[in-house]
Amino acid sequence: MSQVVRLRSVVALLGRFPALAGLDLDVDAGEIVLVTGPNGAGKTTLLRLLAGLVPPYSGEASVRGYDLVTDRRRARVGTALVGHETYCYDDLTAEENIRFFARASGRDDAAAVRAVLGRVALDGAAGVPHRGLSAGQRRRLALAVALVREPELLLLDEPHAGLDATGREVVAEAVAAAPGEGRTVVMVSHELEVARPMATREVRVDGGRVVPSTVAPTDEPPVTPPAAPLATDAPQAVTP
Amino acid sequence: MIWREAALVAGKDLRIEARARVALGQILPFGLIVILLFAFALDPDRGLLARVAPGLFWVAVLLANLLATGRAFAIETHHGARDGLRLAGLDGGAIFLGKAGAIAAQLLGLELVLGTGVVVLYGVEVHGALVVVLTAVAATVGMAATGTLYGVLAAGLRLRETLLPLLLLPVLAPVMLGATRAFEDGLEGAPGDAWPWVAMLALFAALYTAIGVLAFGALWEEAA
Repeated sequence: MSQVVRLRSVVALLGRFPALAGLDLDVDAGEIVLVTGPNGAGKTTLLRLLAGLVPPYSGEASVRGYDLVTDRRRARVGTALVGHETYCYDDLTAEENIRFFARASGRDDAAAVRAVLGRVALDGAAGVPHRGLSAGQRRRLALAVALVREPELLLLDEPHAGLDATGREVVAEAVAAAPGEGRTVVMVSHELEVARPMATREVRVDGGRVVPSTVAPTDEPPVTPPAAPLATDAPQAVTP
Repeated sequence: MIWREAALVAGKDLRIEARARVALGQILPFGLIVILLFAFALDPDRGLLARVAPGLFWVAVLLANLLATGRAFAIETHHGARDGLRLAGLDGGAIFLGKAGAIAAQLLGLELVLGTGVVVLYGVEVHGALVVVLTAVAATVGMAATGTLYGVLAAGLRLRETLLPLLLLPVLAPVMLGATRAFEDGLEGAPGDAWPWVAMLALFAALYTAIGVLAFGALWEEAA
């Protein structure tokens, strides 16, 4: 089982504030990890660190074997983040945005762009500029931009926020299919009733560290059998 | 690889500008207004207008460059687009070349229109077309490269709109000087005297392009 994420005593700063304060985390290939915790716990910073957008201040951090300090660009290439922003351009259409980011990742494949538009149920809005899309459509477009890059590590920050039933189905399908597509998922969500059934493991973050979960782990099975054996429902070891 | 990525970024920026029509609807009219205002102000002395035409032309282009540079980085501030470019793993040098290339393309289009306006309004005659064209290309590349480099320096700052001109205008003084002198020689029928200025402009452009390719990636990361 190859390790996709390896964090050891990682400290990350937001300004002068340590958003991550000695965080340890291991994620194996094919896992679907749900990260929970209160507001301000450091969950979004954790995802941005894994995406290579926030550098670690200290500690060891690597994604897919690439160090997030010395080899950040290569770490980014196989990682996609669906965050609070769409990372898209208002004056480009949905299809143009997807095509641009596909090409930027070295994937100039028109069929793949059309396929991912269908996958996120945006084929009817392919020619609509980003500024003309609804909030839910924009969230789906952000997911499409992430998926078209065929990342090995998919990071989802509150993927269900603001989505209607169609959008939630799209997210559920993308997460469920991830292990079969050789993809690992780390997902932050407050909508536990929706997110927990998708996850193979739950990790609770508070105060910038992984802490023992105070919430009883779900007995529900994941949506699809993951490629990797199910990890324990217990949280990661607490940082000493 | 770097050229493919640069072309991708330039194509994206130009497509966005074509849609938003900021260059066409704001920057071009701004340049024309500057030229027109000087024409009105100095109208009684048409001879003076012809003499100062090179300087006025490049002042208009320089101010338009400030607008185009600000716009090139403004489009990256909405919806976290700058993070999107970083996540895509694009080479910093490629982003620099793409953005500078898009700005240069817009400025060259603007110069074509402004140049026509100067010839018509100011009664200027062009004697050394080759010198004028090479001067325009070298000066434009220098302005675009410098603007892109300083644009990213100011991009992460709250006061970027006012800071960019303060940073950029002094650095571009040699370009203003060289381009104006070369244009004067090219327009007045002494193109042979212009070549040292053209060489200086080309050197300036090459220097700032090289610095940009090497430094932009780190500045882009810091600006985010």
